[in-house]
Amino acid sequence: MVTNDSTVGHGTPAAVENALGADNYLNHGRGLGSWFTTLDHKRIGVMYLVSILASFLLGGVFALLVRTELLTSQKTIMDADTYNQLFTLHGAVMIFLFIIPGIPAALGNFVLPLMLGAKDVAFPRLNLASYYFWIAGAVLALLSIVVGAVDTGWTFYTPYSTSANSSVTMITFAVFILGFSSIFTGLNFIVTIHKLRPAGMGWFRMPLFLWGLYGTAIIQVLATPVLGITLLLLIVERALGVGIFDPALGGDPVLYQHFFWFYSHPAVYIMILPAMGVISELVSTFSRKHIFGYRFIAYSSIAIAAISFLVWGHHMFTSGQSNLMSMIFSFLTFLVAIPSAIKVFNWIATMYKGAIVLATPMLYALSFLFLFGIGGLTGLFLGALAVDVHLHDTYFIVAHFHYVMFGGTVIAFLGGLHYWWPKMTGRMYSERWGRIAALLVFVGFNVTFFTQFVMGAQGMPRRYYNYLPQYQAYHQLSTLGSYLMAIGFVVIAVYLLQSLFRGAPAPANPWGSATMEWQTSSPPPAHNFDATPPAGDPYDLEPWRWDAEAGGYVRRAPAASA
Amino acid sequence: MSVIERVVGLTGRLLGTQSDGSFWMPVQASTGAPGVDRLFHFLFWLSLAFFALIVGLTVLFIVRYRRRAGRDEPEASPSHNTALELTWTIVPLLLVFVIFAWGFKVFLDLNTPPANSFEVLVTGQKWKWLFTYPNGHVDENLHVPIDRPIRLVMTSEDVIHSFFVPDFRIKRDVVPGRYAKAWFQATRTGEFQVYCAEYCGTSHSDMLAKVIVYEPGGFERWMAEAADFLTKLPPAEAGARLFTSRGCAQCHSMSGVGGIGPTLKGVFGHPVQLAAGANVVADEDYIRESILEPQAKVVAGFQPVMPTYKGRLKDAEITALIEYLKKSSE
Repeated sequence: MVTNDSTVGHGTPAAVENALGADNYLNHGRGLGSWFTTLDHKRIGVMYLVSILASFLLGGVFALLVRTELLTSQKTIMDADTYNQLFTLHGAVMIFLFIIPGIPAALGNFVLPLMLGAKDVAFPRLNLASYYFWIAGAVLALLSIVVGAVDTGWTFYTPYSTSANSSVTMITFAVFILGFSSIFTGLNFIVTIHKLRPAGMGWFRMPLFLWGLYGTAIIQVLATPVLGITLLLLIVERALGVGIFDPALGGDPVLYQHFFWFYSHPAVYIMILPAMGVISELVSTFSRKHIFGYRFIAYSSIAIAAISFLVWGHHMFTSGQSNLMSMIFSFLTFLVAIPSAIKVFNWIATMYKGAIVLATPMLYALSFLFLFGIGGLTGLFLGALAVDVHLHDTYFIVAHFHYVMFGGTVIAFLGGLHYWWPKMTGRMYSERWGRIAALLVFVGFNVTFFTQFVMGAQGMPRRYYNYLPQYQAYHQLSTLGSYLMAIGFVVIAVYLLQSLFRGAPAPANPWGSATMEWQTSSPPPAHNFDATPPAGDPYDLEPWRWDAEAGGYVRRAPAASA
Repeated sequence: MSVIERVVGLTGRLLGTQSDGSFWMPVQASTGAPGVDRLFHFLFWLSLAFFALIVGLTVLFIVRYRRRAGRDEPEASPSHNTALELTWTIVPLLLVFVIFAWGFKVFLDLNTPPANSFEVLVTGQKWKWLFTYPNGHVDENLHVPIDRPIRLVMTSEDVIHSFFVPDFRIKRDVVPGRYAKAWFQATRTGEFQVYCAEYCGTSHSDMLAKVIVYEPGGFERWMAEAADFLTKLPPAEAGARLFTSRGCAQCHSMSGVGGIGPTLKGVFGHPVQLAAGANVVADEDYIRESILEPQAKVVAGFQPVMPTYKGRLKDAEITALIEYLKKSSE
């Protein structure tokens, strides 16, 4: 790891210190054993980060194979069963191993206690247990691939999943275990935010990232058990032949869809809420402005968390549920759009009259506004009942989903990763390559997925191995875009790894943010803070001024700046 | 084509008023399609306006308020404005109410078949659609007259499928153990693609069919011819037709290539190795038994996944299928 280096520790105030050469959380305990038994939220965050990035790589390779197969309308490189397994695994790995834990468990774990000026989360052992549950679930999921990969789609719809001749039981059990990991993280965050806020930090003085994590945690704790129970029922049906979902045994397959989406729709907000929290931090910091409309943004996170429980039926407009139910779910779906719209407008208003810095994290924030804008607006098409009937289960859905989940969550994750990277590693990455890669990912993403909106509206169904020749041009363009995106990610991987060894030492506060994690050294000491910083307005950036000598932002006394 | 025609055509494509397909939507071939497309294109332009607003403001602010030499500091501006924030809460709220009500109204129209509809039974099975007419004729494609409401009563033999005709803007999940209903009224003659839109396994993407829409009188002629092909055609030819139309060919090839089930090329009159170990000659009785009780004598190397055709094929049809296999094994 990064341990020995000449640092900036020459007489500058503690707040601008780079701690690479000194005692910090990375070198506080030595050897792998000290990592695997650590209770330090920062180390657990880093272990999560490494693990989920490995999952992201795996899921990404699956995606590239799927896109490559779709270059031609018939067989290109694999047979139909392999293709069906690959899109299933792409979905399952990306959703359950990468994107659900992505921001909360990796970035959230690292940042949350720091933002509170706390030493750790409320239950450090539970936090480590959460990580090991994740590992157990991941190992089991990978094992199921080796034993005989599932081909049910990541949604495991019955009765196909109860009749399919594949290791469905194992992978659903893996997801069951991953659910516990998610619940533990959520529980930990709720208690930490309630109990460990420092003196002077009321609810409305919390950084908005914490509001996002808090909303997420509520959903994790309340919705995940439903998925757990559903998957258990699925296992019971497969193993014991008890009729629950399979009509051949007297069950109801549509019941499964209700159960599944009762979790999985809120789960979409598990993925997007923390992403929105990240964007709030980025937009304010890099506009050098106080966030606009703090309370509206905070309340909208809670509104999203609450309404998200009541919209699951919009996945089922063509399932045969009654018209009345479809009407109610359509109505509630439109309501959940409003808090997201408020956030977007408030972020834009934050930039007004700012001093906007187009650093890499901000480029991701701007990408987010563009892509999540499209993702959100295309949601209007899908909420409108009559239009959804046509678009349901086509590539339009695939595109919409990726604009929200990739264009929203993954882009925000990348923004957050770059933003907190100096804090986590004590190193700066190459700003120039950072911007180039952000551009590559942005362009590649749009080429890949915008194309899919058009072919979906034209009627191309999803999860198709063969397709009619009329869609071939769209598919080829889409595949081309995915390769471009892949190049972008390779670039990111290279310069981030390079920065670990050669990156310039990072100051405590490279961006001039006012939240507490920037008021300790980079990387922080194992105990986070020598003394808890005073809790102020987390978006009052005014006192933080660039200090050329220190190479970072330092706080000036208000009298001095006046 | 004159410039004016081109402009009108392009505008029509962007607005979605052209019934032969726009940039976004396929051909409009049913009475329901124009209503769906009007809402779709309204949403498109509304979204585009909001998107332009979001991106336009973002770009404007980046250009004007970028930090650069001579503009190092942000300018003071309020950090909230309740009236403004309420505005961008309430205006979108009102707009989504409009979209909701519009979408629901069109949805109800799409789901309410007229009383005088012509009814066709639809069966989904891995990986084939079957269409059963009131007179008992079963077909692999859906043949219908133009300008007449058609009501579909659909069920599945195995897993969930979804009946999707993009050109008609209809889609409905076909769930085993219950009946799903859909309806449409075709406004164009010709062939229109049917897809399975709910993932159903290996050959999900080959679970295709056509809706064939006839001009007035054409449907009746087709029906009369199709209904009694069993009596009109030689048994082997009728059997060949049944072999594809009733789903046999989905799993059993006639080319010698193995599929979900064994190939039936040259099988008749020859010994077959069974999974149980014994050998049996594929004669008339064995074929008949395999159709009616597929699990009784499964061929070695294949899964016992074939559904029974008991009650779904008439004796004359089974005989015709046997004659077809016999003929093609000669």
